[in-house]
Amino acid sequence: MNEDSTGGGPAVPGGQWYDADAGPLVRPYAMTGGRTRPGPSNVRFDLIALVVVDDDPPGAAEEGLLGPEHRSLLALCRAETQSVAELAADADLPVGVVRVLLGDLLESGFVRVSRPVPPAQLPDERILREVIDGLRAL
Amino acid sequence: MAYERSESTGTGAGDGVDTTALALKILVAGGFGVGKTTLVGSVSEIRPLRTEERLSRAGELVDDTGGVDQKTTTTVAMDFGRITIRSGLSLYLFGTPGQDRFWFLWDELSQGALGAVVLADTRRLEDCFPAVDYFEHRKIPFVVAVNCFTGARTYGAHEVSRALDLDRGTPVVLCDARDRDSGKEVLIRLVEYAGRMHTARLLDSVG
Repeated sequence: MNEDSTGGGPAVPGGQWYDADAGPLVRPYAMTGGRTRPGPSNVRFDLIALVVVDDDPPGAAEEGLLGPEHRSLLALCRAETQSVAELAADADLPVGVVRVLLGDLLESGFVRVSRPVPPAQLPDERILREVIDGLRAL
Repeated sequence: MAYERSESTGTGAGDGVDTTALALKILVAGGFGVGKTTLVGSVSEIRPLRTEERLSRAGELVDDTGGVDQKTTTTVAMDFGRITIRSGLSLYLFGTPGQDRFWFLWDELSQGALGAVVLADTRRLEDCFPAVDYFEHRKIPFVVAVNCFTGARTYGAHEVSRALDLDRGTPVVLCDARDRDSGKEVLIRLVEYAGRMHTARLLDSVG
């Protein structure tokens, strides 16, 4: 995206930008301190990796040090176990940003993340049968 | 649809990774306007998902970035939906972005996918060729679902299968993407087929 389109650029003749038209007030990766990849462990969260709150999270003092986006993600995880994709949609943040923020939460011990089942070990017949029955019952 | 809380929270493996809850991924692909969003929406609670992706080389050729040197990422919107089978077992559907320049997203989406639905419109059958090729090459189980638009001539599943030159056994299902039961049937056919493919591969690997 062009930096000029988010304000600070030259005035456009014949109109001003308002609200959403002006683009996001905060550039997405500003929330991650400019990082586009998760921290040192460099995990790449799958879209359907499930994020759960850690049973033994750091204390309130440490939580107080988290940024607002970290905290809203944590609140969403507390409400229910969610996939990375759902967290991004609910927090209204791009997936790339959510991955970086989740990396922070994982490293500081606030959440745990499930690894999706690798294709080679994909569902035994019993699970697929369960899926089919579940779909029929929808 | 009610979202259930996963029962997996108490059984951590200790290394920050938890493997008890199971999430399966199904892709919904096909040409522009063929009904991908409609299908995902008819069987699940659909939500829009934004990704902020680095522009691929292919994307740079298509997107005119002249004079905008800073542009290295682009926002891609996808649809996704979740179907909760039971606590700890969910099915996630992803509508793949139709434009060719987003192929790089497909690679990520298809990793670990259980299978794919290729939606087809018999009036523009060629629109689904890229998706058929993609899944055939990567040996990802897929079914072709012919979205029967009103006013379109109806072809039999066999005719569509021949026109697409599908591998033997690849299911072709006639459907109405707007209809929940019809959409469910498409997914059921896919899961059954994925199961058969999986078993066949296991037999191959031991035989």
